[in-house]
Amino acid sequence: MESATLTRPSTLLAGGLGWRRRAVNITMTVLITAAFVLALIPLISLVFEVAKRGIPGLSLEFFTEDARGQIGEGGGASHAIVGTLVITAVASVISVPIGIMAAIYLNEYGEGRLRRALTFFVDVMTGIPSIVAGLFAYALFELFLGPGIRLGVMGSVALSVLMIPIVIRSAEEVLKIVPDHLREAAYALGTPKWKTITKVVLPTAFAGLVTGVMIAVARIVGETAPLLVTTGVVDSMNTDPFNGRMQNLAVYAYNEYRSPGVFKQAAYDKAWAAALTLIAIVMLLNIAARLVYRHYKTEIR
Amino acid sequence: MSQVDTTTNAGQLLAAASGGRRRLGDRVFSRTAVVAAVTILALLAGVAIFLVAEGFPAFTAGASELPEGKSFIDYAAPLAFGTVLASAIAALVAVPLAVGVALFITHIAPQRLALTLGYLVDLLAAIPSIVYGLWGIFVLGPAAVPVLKWLEEKLGWIPIFEGPASATGRTMLVAGLVLAVMILPIVSAVAREVFAQTPRKLMEGAQALGATRWEMIRMTVLPFGKSSVISGAMLGLGRALGETMAVTIILSVSGAVTFNLISQANPSTIAANIALNFPESSGLAINALIATGLVLFAITLVTNMAARAVIARQNHE
Repeated sequence: MESATLTRPSTLLAGGLGWRRRAVNITMTVLITAAFVLALIPLISLVFEVAKRGIPGLSLEFFTEDARGQIGEGGGASHAIVGTLVITAVASVISVPIGIMAAIYLNEYGEGRLRRALTFFVDVMTGIPSIVAGLFAYALFELFLGPGIRLGVMGSVALSVLMIPIVIRSAEEVLKIVPDHLREAAYALGTPKWKTITKVVLPTAFAGLVTGVMIAVARIVGETAPLLVTTGVVDSMNTDPFNGRMQNLAVYAYNEYRSPGVFKQAAYDKAWAAALTLIAIVMLLNIAARLVYRHYKTEIR
Repeated sequence: MSQVDTTTNAGQLLAAASGGRRRLGDRVFSRTAVVAAVTILALLAGVAIFLVAEGFPAFTAGASELPEGKSFIDYAAPLAFGTVLASAIAALVAVPLAVGVALFITHIAPQRLALTLGYLVDLLAAIPSIVYGLWGIFVLGPAAVPVLKWLEEKLGWIPIFEGPASATGRTMLVAGLVLAVMILPIVSAVAREVFAQTPRKLMEGAQALGATRWEMIRMTVLPFGKSSVISGAMLGLGRALGETMAVTIILSVSGAVTFNLISQANPSTIAANIALNFPESSGLAINALIATGLVLFAITLVTNMAARAVIARQNHE
């Protein structure tokens, strides 16, 4: 009896939970769940296929030798791996200080028009297509060094255009959650603002900043398009970003696919091996970023 | 906000009161921060200026000097068409799917799993575009061939499935689908965030009135998140417009302007055209490619700004 009186008002109000409403509810729940499962299929297929097709191409040679004079099987991608590391490292050296200082500006100093302009244009920068960043770097260097120029550092400049807004956004988020009472305590002790920032705010936010930088690096390390138009293609090792063309893993994978030559399968194997190596680097960076954050984050109360 | 301002002022007062040496440190540090801010604005201005300067010769050059012997408009228009078409397919596929994914994570999956599931979808965003390209041409393309044939046979009377169906899968439809997978995490992240913020009282109110879970979602969660989902969709569209490598690898291009999505003859996209031709180009061809890059920059800029405007209006409300 009691339960009947409890359910009646709601069924009355909603016009009774008839079979139609029940059916719609179940159908939509199934559809929504199906959407999620459908979205996971490409992820699973990608990881599976890259592992399956990438492993045959992996060998000691792949990591220790370059592709100089190599035809068909044999040869490696050490020049591309080293190139990826050098180009990414130079891009980080450019982007991290500028990005973090700009985030400090936005969070600690910024006011008025410059702050508004910076916030707006960082948004704009986030939306720059990667190939356009590459064209910019090319146009910049061409002006000074002549047409057809290809350098490792050009790739780094292109990647910086993509990396800086990511660094700023994540650093800004982290600086924002440093509580004001820490700053106030430092000011109350007579600490100047710059020392408050460098000795209180930045150390508190350190784990978050490192995590943000690692995720930014993970985002740019696999970029292909901007490097295709700036760093060129080369078969031998080059460690000097300011001199000559420099290969990297993503462009290497693209070239092995695009111009496989006579020994098609060997080239495709190498393309997949490079793809697998890239995914491994990206995943390691993402996992390391999470670990750093979990282990070193300062307890903020 | 006002609290931050008062602390700033207090700090500045104290710092100012405590002598010149400290003020020097403050001046140097704050100047450095301002310099970083200005550098970024200069960099962005540089991007615009250099692209205009290097692209300009192509705007004024005669048709005979440009690649394919066409005027710049005739050269760039099919590319712009292909870019918009590929991105439109991507958005049409990705947005409903992303909304479904976001609803599943926020309202259907067990709460304990939500974080992990969200992380899985985010992983899609971490995969480099070159890998999507290889996956598209070696895995999804061949897998799509029978589907394309079926579309041609059964739905061939619809112009977009007119065919003849490609035997390799290197079609606009497949390229659009790969782009859809690539933008899915962005759109679903935005949707997820706003769906999770639906006011509890609205949802509980709907349920108290006897609404089923779907009715609750339809009457509270979806209306609440609508404008955020639109702006997320536009952010995704912006990403798809500028995506290069996946399209470069997958699409077999002929320069044709057509809505036929399953044939071997497709318009290229701006970004893919640059990636394909830039390495072997020289002279005015380079200028023409940079000019198309400028067009792409403008298209993505408008799309992204529209997305931000939607967000800003909604925050204002």
